[in-house]
Amino acid sequence: MGGTDVAGLIWTGVGALITLAIFSFLYRDNVVYKFVERLWVGVTTGYWTMLLYHTSFTDKVLDPLFRHFSTQWFYLIPTILGILMWFRMSKRYGFVARYALAFYIGISTGVYIPLAIKTAILFQLQGTIRAIEPSLNGIMFAMAFLGILCSLSYFFFSKEHKGVLGVSSKIGIYTLMIGFGAGFGLTVMGRVALLVQRVIFLRDYGIELFHAL
Amino acid sequence: MAWYERVLSVDRRLIYAAMGVAVIIPAIFTMHIPVTLSSEVRAVHEFTEEVKDGDILFLAIDFDPSTMAELLPMAEAVMRQVFENDGRLLMSSLSQFGPPMANELITRLAREYGKESGVDFVYLGYKPYPAITILAMGTDFRVPFPLDFYNQPTDELPMMAGVHNFDDVEGVIALCGGNAADMWITYVNAKYGMPVALGVTGVMAADYYQYLQSGQLFGLLPGIKGAAEYEQLTNTTGGEGLRGIPYQTTTHFVVLFFIILTNIAFFAQRSARARMRA
Amino acid sequence: MKMQIPLILVFMCGVAMLAQFMIPHEYSEDFFQYANDFVIVIGILALPVGIYSLMSNTVRKAQRDPKERPFALVTIGAYVIMIIGGMKAEWFFSPTSLSTRFFDNILIPAQATLFSMLAFYIASAAYRAFRARTALAAVLLVTAFVVMLRLIPLPEPIATWNNGLVRWILEVPNMAAKRAIVMGVALGGITYSTKILLGIERAYMGGE
Repeated sequence: MGGTDVAGLIWTGVGALITLAIFSFLYRDNVVYKFVERLWVGVTTGYWTMLLYHTSFTDKVLDPLFRHFSTQWFYLIPTILGILMWFRMSKRYGFVARYALAFYIGISTGVYIPLAIKTAILFQLQGTIRAIEPSLNGIMFAMAFLGILCSLSYFFFSKEHKGVLGVSSKIGIYTLMIGFGAGFGLTVMGRVALLVQRVIFLRDYGIELFHAL
Repeated sequence: MAWYERVLSVDRRLIYAAMGVAVIIPAIFTMHIPVTLSSEVRAVHEFTEEVKDGDILFLAIDFDPSTMAELLPMAEAVMRQVFENDGRLLMSSLSQFGPPMANELITRLAREYGKESGVDFVYLGYKPYPAITILAMGTDFRVPFPLDFYNQPTDELPMMAGVHNFDDVEGVIALCGGNAADMWITYVNAKYGMPVALGVTGVMAADYYQYLQSGQLFGLLPGIKGAAEYEQLTNTTGGEGLRGIPYQTTTHFVVLFFIILTNIAFFAQRSARARMRA
Repeated sequence: MKMQIPLILVFMCGVAMLAQFMIPHEYSEDFFQYANDFVIVIGILALPVGIYSLMSNTVRKAQRDPKERPFALVTIGAYVIMIIGGMKAEWFFSPTSLSTRFFDNILIPAQATLFSMLAFYIASAAYRAFRARTALAAVLLVTAFVVMLRLIPLPEPIATWNNGLVRWILEVPNMAAKRAIVMGVALGGITYSTKILLGIERAYMGGE
C-alpha cells in the first residue's frame, strides 16, 4: 500500500459504485438507482451554479461594476436588463422580463439570419453547383448532385408527387434512407463508445485496487 | 411456439446480457484490430503538423462527461501533436461540464511536456451561450474572457501579446458533443473565414460530410474511430481511442448478429403467415 | 405596452444587427462587439432563473409527495454541499477539494454511465425494430449493416471493398441527403427567425 493515494483510491471507488448503481437499472428500476440519479441532479446543479459564479458572474458583472466602474460603467445597462429577467418568476410582474428578453432575442436573431443564409444555403449551393469533370470523381459528383436535387424535391409539398416529381421524390426518399442508415451505423459506434469507456474505467480501477491491496 | 416466435420475443435483459458479455471479452483477452485511415482524419493531422515553432492553434474543448469517451482521446492526441512540434494552444470550453475535465487534461500534458500557462498555452475557460461567446471571440478574445480559467488577466499573458481574435491563429479545431459544432461552422468559418475542423461523436458524424465537401470544414474526426485513426497517425500509445477499437469490434459483431437473426426470424414468420393464408 | 414595446425592441435590435452585417466599418464592428458583450451579461444573469426553478420544483415535490421526500432531500443536500464546497475560488478550482471530488467521482461517472446505457438500448432497438419490412426499411438496414461492418476485421479483398463502399456511402448519398436536410432546416429556421423579428411569432414572450 506504500505510495498509494488512498484517498484517491477510495474516491475512485465511489465512482465505480455509482457506475454499477446506474447499470443496475438495466435489470429493473430500484431505490439505489433513484438515489444515485437524484444525487447526480443535485451535484450537477450545484456545480453549474458555482461555475457560473466563478467564471462568468465575477469577471463580467462583479469586476466591471465594483472594481472598474469608472471605465466600465456601461456594464450597468445589461446588468439591469439581466436582473429584469428575474421578474419571470413573478406571476404579476412577469411581463417585465420581456423587455430584457427582447434585446437578447433581437440581437441573437439579427446575427443568426445572414450567417445561416451564408452557411446553410450559399456555401452549400456553392458546393453543389460545380463543373462536372470527365473522371470517376465527376461521376460521383453527378450522382451526389442528382441525390441532392431528388432529396430536396421530396420535401416539396406544394405539388402532388406524381409524374417527374413523383420519380424524383422516390429517388429522394431512397437517398434519404441511405443517409439515415449511415447515421444509424455511426450512431451504434458512438453509443458503444460510451459503454466501452465505462468498462475500461471499471477494469482499470479493478486492476489498481488489486495492486493496492 | 415456433422458433421464430421465440426469437422475436426474446427478453430485453438477455439482449443486455449479450452486450455485456461482448464488452467484457476484450477486457479479459488482448486483441489487436487494425484501423484503416480516412482522408478527413489525415487532413486534420496534416494541418496540425504545420502548427509549429510558436504558431497558435485554437482548440475548442466543447464536450462533457456524456461525450468524453469519444472526444477526450481526440483532444489528447491533438494537444500532444502541437506540444511535440513546439506549437502553442489557445483553448476554451463552451460546454458547462467540460472545464474541469479539460483542465485536468491540460495540466497533465503541460506537466509532461514542460509547458507553461500563459506562455505555451492559454486556457480561457468557460462562458455560457456558445454562439454569443464564439461571436465575441471573433472580435477579441478578451471581450468574453477578460480573465483566463486561472483568473489571470488575459491581456497580461505573454502568449496573448498581439493575439486578438481568430485572425491571429492558424485555425480552429473544435471538439464538440452537441450543437456547438454548427456554431463553429456558422460563426467562425462563415463570418470570419477561418479554417475549421471538427471532432464530433459518432452520432453526429454523418451530419457533417456536406460541410467537408463544400470546403467549410478542412477535416473531420468522426467519433471513436476518428480518435483511433488520429492516435495511430500521431503514434499516441495507450490512448483510449485505439484501446476502444477491440471493444467496438466485439459489440458490433453482436449487434450485426442480432440484426441478421431477427430478420431471418421475421421473414420466416412472414412466409409462415403467407402459407397459412394461402 | 406589455407586448408592443418588447416587440418593437426585438425588431429594432434585429434590424440593427442585420444592418451591422452589411456595413464593414470600424464603428459597425465596435457596435457588434458591444452588442455581443451586452447579450453575454444579460444571459449570465438570466441563468439563475433556471436554477431557482429546478430547486423550487424539487422542494415542492418534497412537500407534496412523502415517497419523493428522501430523494428530494438527497438532491437538495448535494446542491448545498456543492455550493458550500465551491464557495471560494481556491476551493472550486482545487483538484482535491470536496466539490472537485464530487465532480470527478459522482458527476462524471453518473453522467457518463447514464449515457452509456444507450448502447444497451440501441442493441435492443436493433434486435426488436430493425427489420426489413419494406423496401425503404431494407435500404436503411443494408446501409447501416455495411457501415457497421467497417469495425469488423474482414478478410481481404472484402475489407478493401467494404471500406470503399462505406466511403462512397458517406461522401455521395449520405452527403446528398444531409445537404438537402440542412438546406431545408435552414430555410425553416430563417423563416421562423424572420417571423420573430416581424412580431408574427410571439411564443417566446410567454402569455399576456
